[in-house]
Amino acid sequence: MAAARKQNSYRIAVASGKGGTGKTTVALNLAAMFGEPVQLADCDVEEPNDNLFLRCEQLTPHEVTMLVPEVDPQRCNGCGACGELCQFRGIVSLGSRALVFPELCHGCGGCALVCPTGALTEHPHRIGTISVGQSGTIRLIEGRLEVGVSLVPPVIRAVRDQLLDDVPAILDAPPGTSCPVVATLRESDYLVLVTDPTPFGLHDLKLAVALAKELGLPCGVVVNRAGEDLVGLHSYCQAENLPILLSLPDDRQIAEVTSRGDLVALALPEYGLMFSELATKLKHELAKTGGTP
Amino acid sequence: MNKIAFTTAGQELSAALDPRFGRAARFLIYDLQQKSIQVIENQQGRNAAQGAGIQAAETVVKAGIDTLVTGHCGPKAFKVLAAAGVQVFNCNAATVDEALHELLAGRLTAAENFDVEGHW
Repeated sequence: MAAARKQNSYRIAVASGKGGTGKTTVALNLAAMFGEPVQLADCDVEEPNDNLFLRCEQLTPHEVTMLVPEVDPQRCNGCGACGELCQFRGIVSLGSRALVFPELCHGCGGCALVCPTGALTEHPHRIGTISVGQSGTIRLIEGRLEVGVSLVPPVIRAVRDQLLDDVPAILDAPPGTSCPVVATLRESDYLVLVTDPTPFGLHDLKLAVALAKELGLPCGVVVNRAGEDLVGLHSYCQAENLPILLSLPDDRQIAEVTSRGDLVALALPEYGLMFSELATKLKHELAKTGGTP
Repeated sequence: MNKIAFTTAGQELSAALDPRFGRAARFLIYDLQQKSIQVIENQQGRNAAQGAGIQAAETVVKAGIDTLVTGHCGPKAFKVLAAAGVQVFNCNAATVDEALHELLAGRLTAAENFDVEGHW
């Protein structure tokens, strides 16, 4: 999958299906205990929060744009061809000059192609910002969707485009199993699925596992707030041959440290050890599945 | 004023006026000259993930209306309707019938702009 990349450029995505299971906690603490320089890509561009914990001193931002049509009123004859083509109502023409709705445009450029009078030209429209910073051994790449924009995947692809080719990367995915998650997971080598032992957690884990299969992505599970397994999570993992890479207990201290914006792995040594072990296990898994190490 | 569209969930003049435009169930179109009614579904608008107002505006404009009476109209729908020369009247009447009477009695004023934000 990552054949075109260099040997040490493997990518581990952290996703969950269900929201609020601890993707960010796992991604950040794993990055902190990775044992070597690593990149952390915050792909939850609708609400990026990795930097709340890393507090990089300087984030260098640049714009992510998408090409959106502009109408030349002199040339538009209101024929309606553009509006008929557009499936997203990004451009509408009803016998009058075409109207553009940039927030609905998907940037395909089809309208400009079908316009018979050459009235449409494409211009960059800002849909988000990418910021790159450094915190210790972690190189952070944060994507942030512009307020009012609903097109997430292009911003996530822009985050991935910033990844260096010779440093391993951890990708912090958005919740769910829809387009933004798929955009994050593409070209990853391994998927860590974070779940909690609740019926919802298990239900959405199953959806995420189905997605991983569809993408041909090997995966393992991190159980967060682990306690008594009342929902059959372990037997599900066993049946699906999913390794449980780490079980984080339901410990109030984790919540306290996290709510202060600190990393559990650095504040509480016993958890530091657990995340170091997770890093080691992941490198073994990657070796097993041919991802790299 | 010739063909007037009303937003409604019903099928006849006595039906309730739907305060929503983009996500209204259907449009009752009253032809002032013929004194006839025609009902068109707003299937595409209701089912649109986004751009329901734009879709609904296209539907009524294609039906040949020049006037729209509804509860509220958002920015994108208003832009399309205005470009197509449709006059929009915001009205809080309970039924289509009452709204029609208010309109014909001159008690409604044409909106100069949208009156709610999108997704209100």
